[in-house]
Order: sequence, then structure tokens, then C-alpha cells
Amino acid sequence: MKKVFANADEALFDIKDGSVIMLGGFGLCGIPENCIASLVKRGVKNLTCISNNAGVDDFGIGLMLRQKQVKKMIASYVGENAEFEKQLLSGELEVELIPQGTLATRCLAAGYGMPAIFTPAGVGTEVSQGKEVRNFKGKNYLLEYAFEADYALIKAWKGDTSGNLIFRETARNFNPLMAMAGNITIAEVEELAAPGELNPDHIHTPGIYVHRIFKGENYEKRIEQRTVTPLNMK
Amino acid sequence: MLNKNQIAQRIAQEMKDGYYVNLGIGIPTLVANYIPEGINVVLQSENGLLGMGPFPLEGEEDADLINAGKQTITALPGSAFFDSALSFGMIRAGKVDLTVLGAMEISDKGDIANWKIPGKMVKGMGGAMDLVASAKNIIVAMMHTSPNGESKLLPECTLPLTGVNCVKKVVTNLAVLEITKNGFKLLERAPGVSVEEIKSKTAGKLIVEDNIPEIKL
Repeated sequence: MKKVFANADEALFDIKDGSVIMLGGFGLCGIPENCIASLVKRGVKNLTCISNNAGVDDFGIGLMLRQKQVKKMIASYVGENAEFEKQLLSGELEVELIPQGTLATRCLAAGYGMPAIFTPAGVGTEVSQGKEVRNFKGKNYLLEYAFEADYALIKAWKGDTSGNLIFRETARNFNPLMAMAGNITIAEVEELAAPGELNPDHIHTPGIYVHRIFKGENYEKRIEQRTVTPLNMK
Repeated sequence: MLNKNQIAQRIAQEMKDGYYVNLGIGIPTLVANYIPEGINVVLQSENGLLGMGPFPLEGEEDADLINAGKQTITALPGSAFFDSALSFGMIRAGKVDLTVLGAMEISDKGDIANWKIPGKMVKGMGGAMDLVASAKNIIVAMMHTSPNGESKLLPECTLPLTGVNCVKKVVTNLAVLEITKNGFKLLERAPGVSVEEIKSKTAGKLIVEDNIPEIKL
């Protein structure tokens, strides 16, 4: 099966209105920039987006929010986005906030073929409302279900034509987890290698989880909080 | 009274050699600047790094290398990167020795609220609920009162909870308090702050035994 596509527009050819889409990244770090740009261009609507954050006003998922393409957002932290807050408070946007570890582990469960997990995160808080609570060895845990998503859009550093992926530094974050959880997983990579060029011992995500792959272009890799140690303090 | 840096400095005294530590956003981040000489701790950043180092030198920022506050950082020699499930796996499994985080309110039972003000602020809990549900030792860094003087150390939190019965210790601008079965136990007071003032600004149950020493920095 051919996995390699020329670009984001071709790789995302069948995404329709109303799709459930996972997007990798933490803040703006490791987000699938090319895929997001393509979704914005195509204007698909009524999307349910599962992502740790919702971008900023003019970058990342924020670009999709601005065009009102997102019907529902499932995330753990959505600060730094005024457009998001406006749509949330006006009721235009449906939002489900869930703990970050729960978000990650619900992806993991999907990729591991497990229907649900038990986690202590959120016990005794409004997150636990309507959820099954089970006690193990004297401590309470919430039952949380594995995610189901039509598509997972992820960003890796290097990939090969078999779909094997390697991530870089903290840009790994949710990407390998969402890669495992999508019914169709589309990976954009900075470098696309031929088979054999990547060391199999270094692969983070085996290609079996990746259905489509393309080499991304024009990465902006925007930094959300530029913090530095001034040179004279070295 | 302590300022924010001094609160961080006092919390840094709680570090022990070999600790794995997760520092939250705000005052907790400042704790890294005051870790005592001769104490080696490994900082965990829940977006996927063990061995977080200081901010990079100007011009050496790397967009792929950030902390949980989305700030550019560095990775020290001996550090490791991992995905978010593994990151919260090690947190859930109790591998992180100490978690320091901020709070809007805490109760005398160790409940904490720090993620939402209904109708006003909706930012989300991020990793805070996972951290407080699993951490063995949680220290909260916060101001003792709101800007208009109302106590943030309460009998019950009024804001939506982040976790229940989990905070072990609180360091505020006025005092160091331990959370016990019977309420806040006053351990130390900030220089120049009287026990009476702490009593008057603590709405939750407060236990004061004998002489209360001043915080030493």
C-alpha cells in the first residue's frame, strides 16, 4: 500500500465536515502545521478536535477556531487564546476539558487495543461527574474510555516511506500517542527517508500505525514563550 | 512578609539529594533558582523531559525544546525525552518525589482549587489534576490572602476542585503550614509577621503550638 503523499492537501483529501480529528502537539511545539494549514484552506466544518491545547489566536488550532471550523474541542489547557474564550463563553463552541494525563492515556489505550483505563486524576472533582468510580487497594479511580478518532494528524521529525517515525526533543509529546489512536493516521515529517535510512532501534512509532505520510514544508515552529539567559549572565 | 522569590527560596529548602521534582507554573518555577548547593535534583517537565536545565542562551532557543509553561528551556547532560503518556505514567506510579504547584484556594483538609473560576476564567486543568491525584508529596506555593485581603486558606474550597485531600504543606507570603488531620498546623512564620496576623488571615482551622520560629532563608 502506498503511504507516501506529495503534500498535506493530497494526504487530507477525504476529511469531511463533522470528522473527529486528533491533533498532536503541546502548545505550539510539535503541531502538524501543514495539516492545519490545509484544513483551514479546505474550510471543513463541524469538526471535533482532540488536542492538548487550542493554539493561539493566529496560529495552530486558533486558525481553525477563527474560521469557526471547530464544533467541539476536547483539550486539557486552553489558555492563551482569546478567540477560544470568546466562542466558549458565547456558547458557540462546545468544550470538554480533561486532565492532561487522562488525555494522553486515553490515546495510549486506543493504540494498545484497550477499551478503557482507570485513573485517579479528577476523583472528587467535577471531572468525575457521571463516571464510574472503582476502588483499588483503598484508593478511588475513574473509569475513562479509550478515544475514537476518524483521523490523527501528527508531526514527526523524521519518517520513512514505511511510515516509521522519530520525534525530536519535547516535540514528541502527544504525537506518538495520537498516531496510535487514529482510524487514519496522517504524519507530516521534516525529513522523509528511504527504507533502511532510519535505524530500526531509533523508531518511536512503528509504521503499522501510520497510514499516510508526507514531507512538510515551510515550518514556522513558532515559539510561544521565548525565555533566554542573557549572554552577559553566562 | 515573603515575596514570591522568597517563597520559592523557602520551598527549595525542602529538596533532598536525588529527588525527582515537578515544578508548576508561576512561583513554583522560581524554586529551581534556589536549590541548595550540594543537592542534586532532577526536574521533570510533564510535557516530556527529565533533566530540565535553565533557559537557553540568547540565540540558542529551540522551538522543539520547551517546558510545561511553553517556555524555551535546555536539557541537562543525562536528561531524557519521552511522550506524554509515559510522563504521566511516571507521575501516576509515584516516581516523582515532590510536586510544587500554585493554588487559588486550599482547604484545611488538603483540598486544592487552581484551574477554574466559573463564569470568569476557563483555562483548563492541564496536568494539575493528574499530579495532585498521584504525587506522594505536594507543596503549594501561594499568597495567603487575595488582593482584597480575603483568606485563601479555607475550611472548604469555594472554587471547583483540582484534587481532594492531597496537599501536604503550604508556603505562603506569611507562613509555612503543614496539613494535618486536624487542619493547618503552623510551622514557621515569615519575618516580621505575628502569629496573631496569621490567625486572623487563616479562615480554615489553624493549630498553633508553642513558639513559632521565623522562616530562615
